Amino acid sequence: MSQLGRRKFLLYSSTGVLASLFLKGCADSGGGDQAADPCAAADPCAAADPCAAAGGDGIKVGILHSLSGTMAISETTVVDAEMLAIDEINAAGGVLGKQIVPIKEDGASDWPTFAEKAAKLIDQDKVVTVFGCWTSASRKAVLPVFESKKHMLWYPVQYEGQECSNHVFYTGAAPNQQIEPAVDWLLENKGKEFFLVGSDYVFPRTANTIIKEQLAAKGGSVAGEDYLPLGDTEVTPIITKIKAALPDGGVIFNSLNGDTNVAFFKQMQGAGLNPDKYPVMSVSVAEEEVRQIGPEYLKGHYASWNYYQTVESPANEKFVSAFKAKYGEDRVTNDPMEAAYIMVYLWKQAVEQAGTTDLEPVRAAAVGQKLEAPEGLVTMQPNHHISKTVRIGEVRDDGLFDIVWSTEGPLDPIPWNQYVKETKGFACDWTDPNKGGKYKEA
Amino acid sequence: MSNETGVQIKQRKRRNKLIEIGVIIASVIILAVILPSIIPAFRLRLIGRFLSLAIVALGIDLIWGYTGLLSLGHGIFFALGGYALAMNLKLQTTGGELPDFFTLYGVKELPWVWQPFNSFPFTIIALIIIPGIVAGLIGYLVFRNRIKGVYFSILTQAALLVFFNFFNGQQEIINGTNGLKTDTEKIFDIVVSSPGVQRTFYIITVICLVLIYLLCRWLTSGRFGRILKAIRDDETRVRFSGYDPTGYKVLVFAISGAIAGIAGALYTVQTGIITPSIMKVAFSIEMVIWVAVGGRGTLIGAIIGTLLVRLAQTFLSESFPEIWLFFQGALFLIVVTVLPDGIIGWWTNYGWFKLRSLFGQNQVVTYPSLEQDPGVQQEKDQI
Amino acid sequence: MSTLIEGLFNGISIGSVLLIAALGLAIVFGLMGVINLAHGELMMLGAYSTFVVQNIFKSFGDPWFDFYIIVAIPVAFIVSAVVGLILERGAIRFLYGRPLETLLATWGVSLILQQFVRSVNWLLMISLGIFSLLFFGGIQVVKKRADWERIKSKTLTLLIFLSTGIAIAFYSLLSKNSVLTKAWFSARNVDVTAPKWLRGGTTALGFQTPYVRLFIIALTILCLIGVYWFLQRSTWGLKIRAVTQNRTMSSCLGIPTAKVDALTFALGSGLAGIAGCAVSLLGSVGPNTGQNYIVDTFMVVVVGGVGNLLGTVLAALGIGILNYLVGSGTLALFLTSFSAPQSLIDFFLFFATSSMAKVMVFALIITFLQIKPAGLFPQKGRTAEL
Repeated sequence: MSQLGRRKFLLYSSTGVLASLFLKGCADSGGGDQAADPCAAADPCAAADPCAAAGGDGIKVGILHSLSGTMAISETTVVDAEMLAIDEINAAGGVLGKQIVPIKEDGASDWPTFAEKAAKLIDQDKVVTVFGCWTSASRKAVLPVFESKKHMLWYPVQYEGQECSNHVFYTGAAPNQQIEPAVDWLLENKGKEFFLVGSDYVFPRTANTIIKEQLAAKGGSVAGEDYLPLGDTEVTPIITKIKAALPDGGVIFNSLNGDTNVAFFKQMQGAGLNPDKYPVMSVSVAEEEVRQIGPEYLKGHYASWNYYQTVESPANEKFVSAFKAKYGEDRVTNDPMEAAYIMVYLWKQAVEQAGTTDLEPVRAAAVGQKLEAPEGLVTMQPNHHISKTVRIGEVRDDGLFDIVWSTEGPLDPIPWNQYVKETKGFACDWTDPNKGGKYKEA
Repeated sequence: MSNETGVQIKQRKRRNKLIEIGVIIASVIILAVILPSIIPAFRLRLIGRFLSLAIVALGIDLIWGYTGLLSLGHGIFFALGGYALAMNLKLQTTGGELPDFFTLYGVKELPWVWQPFNSFPFTIIALIIIPGIVAGLIGYLVFRNRIKGVYFSILTQAALLVFFNFFNGQQEIINGTNGLKTDTEKIFDIVVSSPGVQRTFYIITVICLVLIYLLCRWLTSGRFGRILKAIRDDETRVRFSGYDPTGYKVLVFAISGAIAGIAGALYTVQTGIITPSIMKVAFSIEMVIWVAVGGRGTLIGAIIGTLLVRLAQTFLSESFPEIWLFFQGALFLIVVTVLPDGIIGWWTNYGWFKLRSLFGQNQVVTYPSLEQDPGVQQEKDQI
Repeated sequence: MSTLIEGLFNGISIGSVLLIAALGLAIVFGLMGVINLAHGELMMLGAYSTFVVQNIFKSFGDPWFDFYIIVAIPVAFIVSAVVGLILERGAIRFLYGRPLETLLATWGVSLILQQFVRSVNWLLMISLGIFSLLFFGGIQVVKKRADWERIKSKTLTLLIFLSTGIAIAFYSLLSKNSVLTKAWFSARNVDVTAPKWLRGGTTALGFQTPYVRLFIIALTILCLIGVYWFLQRSTWGLKIRAVTQNRTMSSCLGIPTAKVDALTFALGSGLAGIAGCAVSLLGSVGPNTGQNYIVDTFMVVVVGGVGNLLGTVLAALGIGILNYLVGSGTLALFLTSFSAPQSLIDFFLFFATSSMAKVMVFALIITFLQIKPAGLFPQKGRTAEL
């Protein structure tokens, strides 16, 4: 009998704990995170939610990022930037006189979940647009959803290009706005021999395909390449390969993503590969990653981005101080966060110009939107990418970047790569119904 | 109860069977006819996916609940089935030409592994047979050496990682991390994501679920089923009784793999994409959890467990996107420590009696042997 | 020759990371038969403890900062051991003898721990404290009553409801206070920087040897010696071994088996903490840190064979060296210099990338277990079971 008693007790108590956790959850999203995100989600506690009333005539937008899983490390920072922009817009009176109501969904670093949540945001919550995704794989997973429903996604991360959808606005860099200038700069200043290191997924592989073509065209050479599985932390074999391939030093082009960067730089220093002989150019390491790796390991290495926290402009000062005021002095801003921040503003401008949140008018109005962004002037181009200034930065002691080189002004985006044979000569223009996503340039 | 005659027992059995058939037919009608007309299309698609996951759960119940083999590698078979169908859909869309993603990696010719998937009938057979054969092979290698229990589980996990890394790393063959999309592909010249096709897939899923349920039902009853349970309870004794458990285990593991393959294919077309992430360690463990929640060793428990856990997951992650992992972790922990027999087990052992006693039908539970003991009966009469 | 030694050293340094991570698991799994999937998360807790210690020492100034790692190791051990103890008392002790179910339960625990480091803040900790105070304090008070056994079930249910309710009420009352609700670590990674004397490397042996690797190898050897001494030479070690061999008999002889279980589990968890401290010097520290190691460590334990430390050591070093030789292409180079058949060289070249090397190592592990199903040093038992 005592056995039964214990089991009964455990059962009751666990039901109790679950129920109370559930209530706590309600308290969390209903009241707890108020400061951070008004009306965090349309949840079952909506009745108790002070935002419920506002939700009635607010404008619902979806925020779809990984809040759990491997990618949460990066994606939560982008969510912060998007929430900042939304809060600022709401404080200034909202869009078309209505408040923006963000609806957060967790993609859980799992691509099918991204697709599922995208469909949910569109069909059930009837959001007017979605800000979201980080990895190319997650974007590719939600793309069919947005295309079949003719909806709208704003995507804030630099990517490998070779895509141009009418239903996506890309506010991160296309390869010609990040990778290609970086390679040119390295060829000019650092050396002709490259070793390519990347994570084992589509962005690094495609990026390296482009780099190889570019090097072949410009007289550089590839000494070797290797790919690490995402999340792997053992880089000794790669370091051996680098030493064997480049015994007298050379350029390392690094497109590793996330955790592996930490292991890579920590173990590089131990192995005696120093920036004077083996400068590393990274395309996925920004201020936030530098903070996580530790500036001691990174000092003297390079990164290529459109935005650094150290960019000098009034818009950037305002962005950085607003961000620090909201999330704490110890936080840093970086390129994807800036891209996420400005995409909310670009969308807002498009909605205001269209005078409605209906998809097609907004889509048409979005092209041509200009914004004095923290990185400088950006313009939404007919190919749904934005023109951006390119900058090369060198890591300094405090973990921020010294900008060592930058383009004169914004560079126009080229989504279809001109170094790769298959896409050479193609372009994209959504303002002209005869051209569309991939047409042969005359 | 104690003095039932043979005829009465037979009648009761028949009555139970009729009830079961009635329940199955009723749930098919509800799932396949009533649900599609009352809930929105994307929720239906969600339920379709849950039902296809319930199919895997049936397969896992077959090997874990009945045979005592805990596989942590069912993601392999699930993915194989999904990839088989996705490859066929890609080729149907291009008409046998090279799918577009290959150009990204500079592949000029259709790799030979893709060639046979031009044929739809072959694909249908392949998505059942290939996972079955792979499972059988893994099973044969493992069981032949009498590896069992925990070692078996960890080995299946290692196999899962081999497949995951391979699929992830081979961009030139199957598009690596990005996986294969199915939503924009065409099946018999209709776009896969169109409502009609999706509804058809949903109904096929319901039918498959029922058929596979019946198959598992048939497998687990009768002689074959009794041997499976005997292997679970004491394999050594089975061997000493003159049976060779290896053959049975390989067979049931292969069947389970094939079932996972079917489920994977149905899941893929209703999700719109298949990527190697389906072979992540976490997903395969989750599959086992569904069965544990529902109650292992009961087929209906596997189905109910899957639906409940997935629904809870969807609901919780929508309502509390930031902290829903707490609930999920707590659920696993509590189910295993408090409800070792799962929901169905709890219900039949405990809940049912509780309910009956609420309605005044209080029954004193004693040992069945005492119930039937004529001596006890006599004493009862005297009292 | 020197390439060979260098390769060996690199392989050993990979192996030593695997070994230190697998050591705790080998104890928990080998001695108790518990599959602890939360082992990786216990490592993560160790890594986070290192982070906290580092930050405290940073505020002390320069000479102190160089030695934070010396303090971080015991702190990481204690933190993980305490969490492991709670885990064992709270959940795992109900599951002894059902290894497959411990697997599922600890998976749940690992999810909770991951989410915990993401969302932990002062308020959550205080609320948890209030809950434990009310709940366990309440039990102590009620326990004094004579009719405790009779009212046990009802009281506990009531208590758990009351204290959870109060804790939650407290939480929601103060949840607007942004100082209290600021997440300690958040979902982002945190940085652990090795002290100066561990950065860089030496060429004393004729090739580059990173100090961190030497440190980890030394730490691993120390842990091994410590564990060996504890199990073979101390009284509690004797008791642990006795319980492993025959639980019922040990219990009859007056060995407190429950205490032994708790101690063993805490020891294994504590070792995970030390491992976490070590890997924080090499890789990232974040909520997913543990996930990166868990499968590899299980492979080590399985290949090594249950309940045998020597097996674990050999397995870890073997896997490490193999991984290095295949992944770095050294093996392919080696074969070329021996003018081996071209097809063989091509075969190894195909696997000479980091991700394909993983495929090959795991495939080899599966093949190896075909030959020795119970690992390098199988436990001797009645053969009918094998």
